[in-house]
Amino acid sequence: MSEEKYALELREITKVFNRGTVNEKLALSGLSLNLLPGDFVTIIGGNGAGKSTMLNAIAGVWPVDSGRVIVDGTDITALPEHKRALYLGRVFQDPMNGTAATMDIEENMAIASRRGQRQTLRRGVSAKEREFFRERLASLGLGLEERMTSKVGLLSGGQRQAITLLMAAIKKPKLLLLDEHTAALDPKTAAKVLEISDRIIEENQLTALMVTHNMRDAIAHGNRLIMMDEGRIIYDVRGEEKKNLHVKDLLAKFEEVSGTEFANDRMMLG
Amino acid sequence: MLAYFSSLSFLTLLRALPGSVAQGMVWGIMALGVYITFRLLDFADLTVDGSMAFGAAVCVMLIRGGVHPIVATLIAFLAGMVAGLVTGLLNTLLGIPGILASILTQIGLYSINLHVMGKSNQPVSVDNYPLLVSLRYVTGSAKSRAFFFLGMVIFLVVLICVLYSYFGTEQGQAIRATGCNPNMARAQGINTNFIKVLTLMISNGLVGLSGAMYGQFQGAADVNMGRGAIVIGLAAVIIGEVLFGKWTVKRKAAFGWTLGAVIIGAIVYYLVYQFVLWLKMPSEDMKLLSAVVVAVFLAIPYLKEKKSQRKGAKA
Repeated sequence: MSEEKYALELREITKVFNRGTVNEKLALSGLSLNLLPGDFVTIIGGNGAGKSTMLNAIAGVWPVDSGRVIVDGTDITALPEHKRALYLGRVFQDPMNGTAATMDIEENMAIASRRGQRQTLRRGVSAKEREFFRERLASLGLGLEERMTSKVGLLSGGQRQAITLLMAAIKKPKLLLLDEHTAALDPKTAAKVLEISDRIIEENQLTALMVTHNMRDAIAHGNRLIMMDEGRIIYDVRGEEKKNLHVKDLLAKFEEVSGTEFANDRMMLG
Repeated sequence: MLAYFSSLSFLTLLRALPGSVAQGMVWGIMALGVYITFRLLDFADLTVDGSMAFGAAVCVMLIRGGVHPIVATLIAFLAGMVAGLVTGLLNTLLGIPGILASILTQIGLYSINLHVMGKSNQPVSVDNYPLLVSLRYVTGSAKSRAFFFLGMVIFLVVLICVLYSYFGTEQGQAIRATGCNPNMARAQGINTNFIKVLTLMISNGLVGLSGAMYGQFQGAADVNMGRGAIVIGLAAVIIGEVLFGKWTVKRKAAFGWTLGAVIIGAIVYYLVYQFVLWLKMPSEDMKLLSAVVVAVFLAIPYLKEKKSQRKGAKA
């Protein structure tokens, strides 16, 4: 097993926020996780369980206190956020966060398609790229390929998330990080964006981590599910076993492992 | 009242206008710099008050030292870039908040400018040196006036074209993305700290260039000539947006037209300035007037937003 190359290895990650103050919080507590190439893992857990914190630790939003982050065999623990972008695709909870509102759709995609390269004085969007973007946008089925020079700020939240997904996947990242990326959308749009996510992950054979607060989504998507509490993983299930899960199983599991009731108004049980 | 109006000579105003337009064109270059930091990078950069005078001081002293005005003006551009570099490093490397970092550079430059000039102001006469721009070209013969304005317009159009192309390159896109959404920029692999420093350098380079031209234009560099420059720059940006904002967005190459609107904003500012002086309003009140105008126009979009939110909450 140790010979195998993981898509992602988290080794004993620890992160404390506001150390030495009354607000000190142990956000990640010796967290370890190994992902095989092609794993699509859904992550659930209560507020403050460390779900988004884990994704931010991988993305390098701030340095971790201890532990290693290894993506596809490369130790990226010491790299700043912008250098890790080469390995990662990210979609955020807030649809406003993943794109630049004052820039054209095609400019946003061009920036994503040159992720990890030095910015030179070459033209920002070439004619060849434009064709490629048009084809990618058409695959969304939202008609956005006809609006490539529209400002992204004019689009709806769902459209922006769909574009952010395309941008995240455009360089076939080693790891795709989806941080509650449907939470701010209405149910119908959320379902559509999830469907697009599934398809993009499938087509590009990406390894993905998806945080969600919807247990049903967590069961229905991906090949593996982990539950977090107090900065560590308390439940990890995959394959057939995961497929046969029900929401009530997850609730029972949570109570069993954490010793508290999964009472959380943000957590959608249905 | 009648005496007041009869004392106003329309002809005097008319004669002063070409000078105001010329002054607006020169300051328009500084306004472009302000536009780049304030609107594109979303960084309130007060370095400009110092880098304007720095550009003028460096340029005038070099010309007095025998350097050709073209070379001296280019060096002033570089000097402005160095000022921007300092602000950028204070902010990104040392973690000093943007506005404060730029104020520190500005204050430091005051002493540096005094050192560069050896005293608080230094003249440079168009009689002794082949200056690029001068008020004398404007007030001189019709031919020299036409030549001056033609040259300025060509220079400004070329400058706008260069900036327009630059902000369409990968680097330019990285600047716009960093200003619009730094989280997105970093997630897309853009080193936002480097981009900030780069943008501050470009912006202050333009301000230094503007200062160099203005020093030549008025025939002297003065340690106080940049005081309040940021407000004039913002006023120009806002006037340009208010007058042409709706018109530019609909056009092809909208960004290029927006840059043009900023320069016209600066020209309008100096035309209004001249007009107010002509009405015999004391010139020392001009800065107060500028500040009020800028405050009002910066507040309008915010208040509009708040109002529509309140409406939304009621509905």
